[in-house]
Amino acid sequence: MSIVKTKGLVHEFIRRDEEDNVESITTALDHVDLRVEQGEFIAILGHNGSGKSTLAKHINALLEATEGTIWVDGMDVSEEENVMPVRKVAGMVFQNPDNQIIASVVEEDVAFGPENVGVPTDEIWERVEKSLKAVDMTKYRNHSPNKLSGGQKQRVAIAGVMAMEPKCIVFDEPTAMLDPSGRKEVLAAAHELNRQKGVTVILITHYMEEVVDADYVYVMEDGKIIMDGKPREIFSKVDELKAHRLDVPQVTLLADELRKSGLPIPKGILTREELADAILKCASDFRR
Amino acid sequence: MSIILDKVNFSYSQETAYKIQALKDINLKIEDGEFIGIIGHTGSGKSTLIQHLNGLVKATSGGIYFNGQDIYDEDFNMKELRSKVGLVFQYPEHQLFETTIFDDVCFGPKNLGLDKKTVELRAYEALRSVGFPEALYFQSPFDLSGGQKRRVAIAGVLAMKPEVLILDEPTAGLDPAGRDEILDLISKMHKELAITVILVSHSMEDVAKYVDRIIVMNQGSVMYDGTPKEVFRQYKYLEEVGLAAPQVTYLMHELHEKGLPVNLDATTVEEAKESILCALRNNEAKRLQ
Amino acid sequence: MIRDITIGQFYPADSVIHKLDPRVKLFATMIYIIALFVFKGILGLGIITLFLAGIIRMSKVPFKFMTKGLKAIVLLLIITSVFNLLATPGDIVFWKWGSLQITDKGIINSVLMTIRLVYLILGTSLMTLTTTPNQLTDGLETALKPLNKINVPVHSIAMMMSIALRFIPILIEETDKIMKAQMARGADFESGNLIQKAKSMVPLLVPLFVSAFRRAEDLAMAMEARCYNGGEGRTKMKPLKYGKCDYISYGVVVGFLVLVIVAAVLLPFPQG
Repeated sequence: MSIVKTKGLVHEFIRRDEEDNVESITTALDHVDLRVEQGEFIAILGHNGSGKSTLAKHINALLEATEGTIWVDGMDVSEEENVMPVRKVAGMVFQNPDNQIIASVVEEDVAFGPENVGVPTDEIWERVEKSLKAVDMTKYRNHSPNKLSGGQKQRVAIAGVMAMEPKCIVFDEPTAMLDPSGRKEVLAAAHELNRQKGVTVILITHYMEEVVDADYVYVMEDGKIIMDGKPREIFSKVDELKAHRLDVPQVTLLADELRKSGLPIPKGILTREELADAILKCASDFRR
Repeated sequence: MSIILDKVNFSYSQETAYKIQALKDINLKIEDGEFIGIIGHTGSGKSTLIQHLNGLVKATSGGIYFNGQDIYDEDFNMKELRSKVGLVFQYPEHQLFETTIFDDVCFGPKNLGLDKKTVELRAYEALRSVGFPEALYFQSPFDLSGGQKRRVAIAGVLAMKPEVLILDEPTAGLDPAGRDEILDLISKMHKELAITVILVSHSMEDVAKYVDRIIVMNQGSVMYDGTPKEVFRQYKYLEEVGLAAPQVTYLMHELHEKGLPVNLDATTVEEAKESILCALRNNEAKRLQ
Repeated sequence: MIRDITIGQFYPADSVIHKLDPRVKLFATMIYIIALFVFKGILGLGIITLFLAGIIRMSKVPFKFMTKGLKAIVLLLIITSVFNLLATPGDIVFWKWGSLQITDKGIINSVLMTIRLVYLILGTSLMTLTTTPNQLTDGLETALKPLNKINVPVHSIAMMMSIALRFIPILIEETDKIMKAQMARGADFESGNLIQKAKSMVPLLVPLFVSAFRRAEDLAMAMEARCYNGGEGRTKMKPLKYGKCDYISYGVVVGFLVLVIVAAVLLPFPQG
């Protein structure tokens, strides 16, 4: 059974004027079909306004679909009685690190979720302990979130979600407001949870270089999925990515340019090491 | 036309025990028409530094001279300095407050005490130079997309007709397309309006493409100050303080170490491509001889 | 500036007072304030001074740190004591000028008032210094629970208080930032008359409200995503439980009040 599955999912934002007449309709999601299996690391890539955040909110039952269906862990999200169970299964980490931390002490914030669902006190302590350890924030447990860096705040937010023991975590542009070191911290934490705890990760981002290590990538634009595949497949279509004005990493771009100049460099180069090896191979091939 | 910083020091909470020295002995000279990138990670003092340049923060010790005048002189006109040195803060769209976009851009020039006609002319010019669609001038700024809001906010500073434009992480939170648009816009303004531009960023790759000079800040001090090529040559030291040179720099060094004589100063994809092709050709030629 | 005020700040330390149940501390503070206003005479003052000194000692909060909070109210202290000194009629008049006079009662009143105010500030700030804001709201929530029966949404109020506590520093920082951003556009927040000053606040307040609403919306969504559904069925990570120390403290506090009252009846000299 897929952990998340959507079929023909449509979401329209309807704006009304004072007299309740429809002023404009924006289609944020346009018949989206996707499938995420338990334990996968999925990336959804797209610009602001491509509908990727709307999709994320559907997975957490924070929005109601206009059309189509979405199932989370086999539960139809549109059914009222499934809302709380869905939110327990699928946690969510948001973009702004400040606006999702509720308590004034790190450990109390992590406890917020379990408190809401009525976990007994002893178990809350266990879960808080475990979650803080999973994101390596144990030594900050008694700190005020205000004194932490952006990356640390996001890790607290991740711990807060982990304490709910979800099967799946949706990261909604968790790194957009962070500096490079904060971005690295958060990504490392996401991968760690995926590998060590087997949590399904759905990473929503507009940074191309963050999807390199994902199992599968969906590219969204105007509410539709326009490309999907393994990172290597996606990265081999440099021209198409550029046409959609996506941010192709320098290395991939350079590899593509070199290939176009006639060098025998394979498609879908992802890392610096791969490119260096490919170029050096060209050099030695010449020699032979 | 220049800004000179002479032994500038700044610390927070002077009297209390929590003294934090944010800037340490900064000496800088910023010449007319330069395009400068200030790089440093969060807490390196880069934001504090630029707030000194238009007098929003006063140095604990040291002097700042704008066109030869000491800005801490009693009869120095601070208001004029703020109009000459325009500062666009991080997430500048958060400062929008008027009911229409046009009115918001008028706020700056109005504060300078100009007459209504001049104010409106300047607002119009500013909105034009940021490439804002005329049809939207009289809409509410709160309905715009993030990138558009940011343009309006930049126009709001531009309408003061600054000689120096400082932008604190103008691309923060934007997607790649929005980021490229804003950076292209800034580069265009530097050329067309012939103003000095100082760009604060934590991304080396963004900055390398545009600026002529990079100032690297670390723990409140200037760590490096030079052309992008000079600075990126120090990539190993940059890494130690949590900054990264462009990916291409690493690649070129790796190739060089493994015996391919490429140009180590290449920082952009174009330069790297030329250099690699050239090196491979030479390699080939040598073999044929 | 704003950050220098110690009233309402928390001073982390490992002491008996820090560990007391916040409800005990709330109760004790109330009793202490009552005592400050019912005591009479030197003996009563002595008892209160001993009580306060003992608790400050036990709290491990440096006395110097506490007196820093007093600086903020020095002006208020001087005004009230001068007022009391000059405007109280009495039996023995030492000095008179028009309606102003210094009398024996005036001197006693002025001294007593100053002591009351200083003790009031010291005592109440001791509570906030030894209790985290969260414990305080927790304490209030539990203490006020009976009000739920008359439809007072105690849980929501407490939740609101703790969220406010979390966001006040963030909003202060944001105010600072917006102010600077508008100053960079030539805004002037200092000069001008009252109306001009009020007008100049618009460019500060509008963005601040917009940002506060955006944060509130984000936060509401984040709370919903973490299964927040009001106070019903919630458990607590740190539930309030009375220990032995807490019961003893209740006893000590009640005993203290009785002592102060007895002292007021037996030895009400000198009278204020």
